[in-house]
Parts: sequence; structure tokens; C-alpha cells
Amino acid sequence: MSTNTLATCLIWLAALFVTAVFVCLLADIISQGLTGLSWSYLIEPPQDAGRAGGIGSIIVSTGLILLVAIATSAPLGLATAILLTEFSTQKSTFAQFVERSLDVLSGIPSIIFGLFGNAFFCIYLGLGFSILSGGLTLACMALPILIRTATEGLRAVPNDYRLSAAALSMTRTSALIHLLVPAATPALVAGLMLGIGRAGAETAALIFTSGYVDRMPDSVMDSGRALSVHIYDLSMNVAGGDAKANSAALVLIILLFVINSVSSFLANHWMHKRIIHL
Amino acid sequence: MKPLFIDSKMRLDPAEHKVPNDSYTLGPIQAGEPCCIPKTLFSIKNLSLHYGTKPALKNVSLDIYEGCITALIGPSGCGKTSFLSTLNRLTDMLPDCKVTGDIQFNGNDLRDPSVDVLGLRRDIGMIFQKPVPFLLSIRRNIELPLREHGITKQSEVDSIVQQVLQDVGLWEEVKDRLESSALALSGGQQQRLCIARALALKPKVLLMDEPCSALDPISSAVVEDLITSLRGRYTVIIVTHNLAQAKRIANYAGFFWVSDRAGCLIEFGQCKQVFEAPVHELTAAYVDGSRG
Repeated sequence: MSTNTLATCLIWLAALFVTAVFVCLLADIISQGLTGLSWSYLIEPPQDAGRAGGIGSIIVSTGLILLVAIATSAPLGLATAILLTEFSTQKSTFAQFVERSLDVLSGIPSIIFGLFGNAFFCIYLGLGFSILSGGLTLACMALPILIRTATEGLRAVPNDYRLSAAALSMTRTSALIHLLVPAATPALVAGLMLGIGRAGAETAALIFTSGYVDRMPDSVMDSGRALSVHIYDLSMNVAGGDAKANSAALVLIILLFVINSVSSFLANHWMHKRIIHL
Repeated sequence: MKPLFIDSKMRLDPAEHKVPNDSYTLGPIQAGEPCCIPKTLFSIKNLSLHYGTKPALKNVSLDIYEGCITALIGPSGCGKTSFLSTLNRLTDMLPDCKVTGDIQFNGNDLRDPSVDVLGLRRDIGMIFQKPVPFLLSIRRNIELPLREHGITKQSEVDSIVQQVLQDVGLWEEVKDRLESSALALSGGQQQRLCIARALALKPKVLLMDEPCSALDPISSAVVEDLITSLRGRYTVIIVTHNLAQAKRIANYAGFFWVSDRAGCLIEFGQCKQVFEAPVHELTAAYVDGSRG
């Protein structure tokens, strides 16, 4: 066998292995979780610590937590990325300091974020165990990855755009709004998705901040149980909760998949619309 | 406006020929030699440019005449593009770029920090080597800078869009698909759109940085014809590697060369003289094709 064939085989094997892990995982969750999945499961509140009933209130809490996280992290992240790429040079001490801080921040384990969120949001700011505390903690966690991707996206916009806009006597702000941010939109959306993905899958940070309470939240100041926390609780703390845990895991995966598809569709649609109508 | 035509005896090198400042240069100008007394639009003295500590241009002095096409030729990396960028202060946007020397534009100091750069860039348009159509529709590409400058009345915008697209000969090709993406145009069409976009702002000067080099020969010929048709109406400064093109379209030519690792202007004069009777031996070797 020639080296070439060998190399090709190894590359295919590696790819197959990676895909196989994903397929096995998915197959396991689907086969175990699909039976428990029904419309009533999605809307009913959990009973008997989750062994019976559904996950209605938990889906609502998860949605609210993600909403708080996106609403705070998206504008902050975009603004920081714009500051780093458009209003400071990559060599400036300030930009380097910010980027270094973000690198460190993205490597911090989520349990530390949880403890920080608990100390800062719940206790110091007096928000208590609440959806708001949880969402804000997740925003802190999602920020580094969001800013990193948004920065890369904006830096990838060719400098020709900036120079052309300037040569057409356009202001920086106008070039940013009309040309640079739209051109970077796919990257910005990808960043948001990665951030939400990380936030949606988060457990440790939420246990300390948004809490365990599994009833329907009245407001964002209420404690609420996220799906990931629910899965953790069912499989670790509740005897006989495994079947329901699998169903909840399947719902979480579907939820992330749906958010991902919808947002990339919206991004494409929006870009398309800009080109056609504006 | 009073065109001042001169007789053949007066067709001298403008450097030795003192010209009154209130004369005009409009009218049909033949390639090779200007038909009338040129009016200085840019007067550049001892212009030097550094990127960090690295010199890119050294002591460039020349005059650019209104209504004429001035071609800048020379090998790559001799600072021609940097020179163009100083004329619309685009160098302000490049980090580590330091410009020294004196540039007078219409009698005003162009490098004065108090100069309204946005207004200046409106007067001095620029076309880049690679066409840069924005990620917008064809119409919107022209509309965006117009609206930015306060021209918002739809009928006025529409008429300017049509006018400039006709000027660059693109109207017939795109009038039915103004709303489709500018990226769907061919390279030559994109470059003409970029020129139209610059013309829409009614500039006095067009800086062109190798506008034809990324185009195929046919598109290149179309753009070249377009540039020739701008003569008299606009002052055009064009950087080109195509010597034949420079010879065909320009009234004046400047030859840049790298010496001591910095670009400098070796020779400047009427196009015909630079190509047919160059004074400097480097120019002779370059236009002859034996150097560069």
C-alpha cells in the first residue's frame, strides 16, 4: 500500500471516528428519550421531583435565562468587538489588555463563574437566586467567545471597504453601520450561536445563580430551573428519573438545533433582503 | 470661464513656463500635449512619507494641472499608491504613517489639521486597483454615499444614479437590474460602478490606482475609454503599470523609482517628452523596457 493510500485511509478513519461518536451519542439519546416525548410532556409542569409530569415550566425558565443572557451579551459583545477592531489598533496596550483578559476569561471553568455570579449578582447586587442572576452569569460566560468571533468577523472584512468608504467621504460610523457590520453579520451570528450554545448547555454556573425551583416563574426575579440543571438533577439526585432525564436531554438538543437553524436562516434572509430592497 | 489657448511656441515645459493662476484648462485636450495653459491644482513640494521608520517616499515635488490626465509610472513598491493616498488624506487612516512636506490644493494647505477631510474627499475621489463594490444593490452602491451627503430627495437621487451610470457606460447594461447585487457584476462592470459611485459625488479630482490592472483586456479598454472621456471635465491622476496606456491617455507623466529603499520622483513632464525624449537615463531605460 502506498503512503498516499495509507494517509487517505487514516484521514477517513479519523473523520469516521468523530462522526461515529456524534451518531452514537445522538442515537442513544433518541432511542431512550423519544418514548417519553409527547406534547403534554412539553407543556405540563414537573411532578414528583420530575419523575412524572412534563417540563413546561422548565422550558419557560430556560428560555427566559437565555433571553436575559442574549439581551445583555449581544450588545456588549458587539460594542466591544467594534471598539477593538475599528477604534483601536491591534497593537495598542488597551486592546491587548482587553484581549488578554478575554482569553483568560474564556478558560475559566464554569463552576467559578457560578460562584462569582452567586457572590456578585445574587448576594452583592441583591438579585437573589433568580433567572436574572442566572442570565447575567451566562452572559459573562458567553461574552469572551462572542467577542472573539465578532472581532474575527469584523477583522475579516477587507480593509478595502474601510478605505473605499473613506474615499467616498463617508464617516466611520456610517461605514460601520451600512457596510462593515452587515458584511460581518454571518460571523456575528455565528458568535452569538456559539455563545448561546455554551450558555444553553451550562449547568454548573446556573445551580448557584438561578437555582433549582421547578415551578413556573412569575418574573425574571423568580428562581427558575434550566433544562440542563433539570437533566443533572434527574440523573444524579432523583432515583428513577433516568427516563425523564433522557427525554429532557433530547428536548435540549432539539432546542439548540432549532435556535441554530432559525438564526442562520434569519441572518441569510436579512442579508438577502438588504441586497434586494435597501 | 475663459479658455486660454496657446500657440505652438508656447507649448513649453510647464515647469519653466510660468502660468497665471486664474487661467482654465477646459476644452478638448489631445493626449501627449496640453492644448492650453494649464492651471496648477496640486502643488506638491518635498513630500516624504514613512511607514513607521521605513521610508516609502522621499522629497517628491511636482505640480498637477487641472483638467489634465497625469500618469504615474514606475515599478511596484516605489510609492506611487502611497503618493496618491496623501492627496486625499487617506494616509490619515493608516497607522504608523507619517507624512511630511507641503501639498497645496487649489492654493490651500491640504495637510492643515483643520482641513475638513470629509469635504476634501468629496472633492477628490479615489478608485482602487481592485474594484470594491459594497455588499449592496447596484443602485444602493451609488445611493449610499449620496444620502450620506444630504442628497435625499428620491427624484434627485434617481436622476444622479442614471446620469453617472450613463457616464460610465453602464446604464444600458444594468438599468433592468438596479436592485440586484453589485457583486453579481463582472470585474469590469464592478470597476465602472466604482467609478460611477465616485463621480456621483461630483468630485473635481479622480485619483486612480491602477484601475485597469485587475481587468481583462476588453474591460480594460472600456475603462480606458471612460478615463479618456473624463479629460477636461475632471483632473485625473492615474497610477498605471501599462506604459502603452499611459502614453495613450495622459497629458503629463511622472516616473517613480526606488532609490535608497525609498520611492522618489525621477522625472516629470509632458507625457510625450517623458516617453519620447526622457531626460534621465533611468526613465529612458524604463520606458524602453530595458529596466524595471
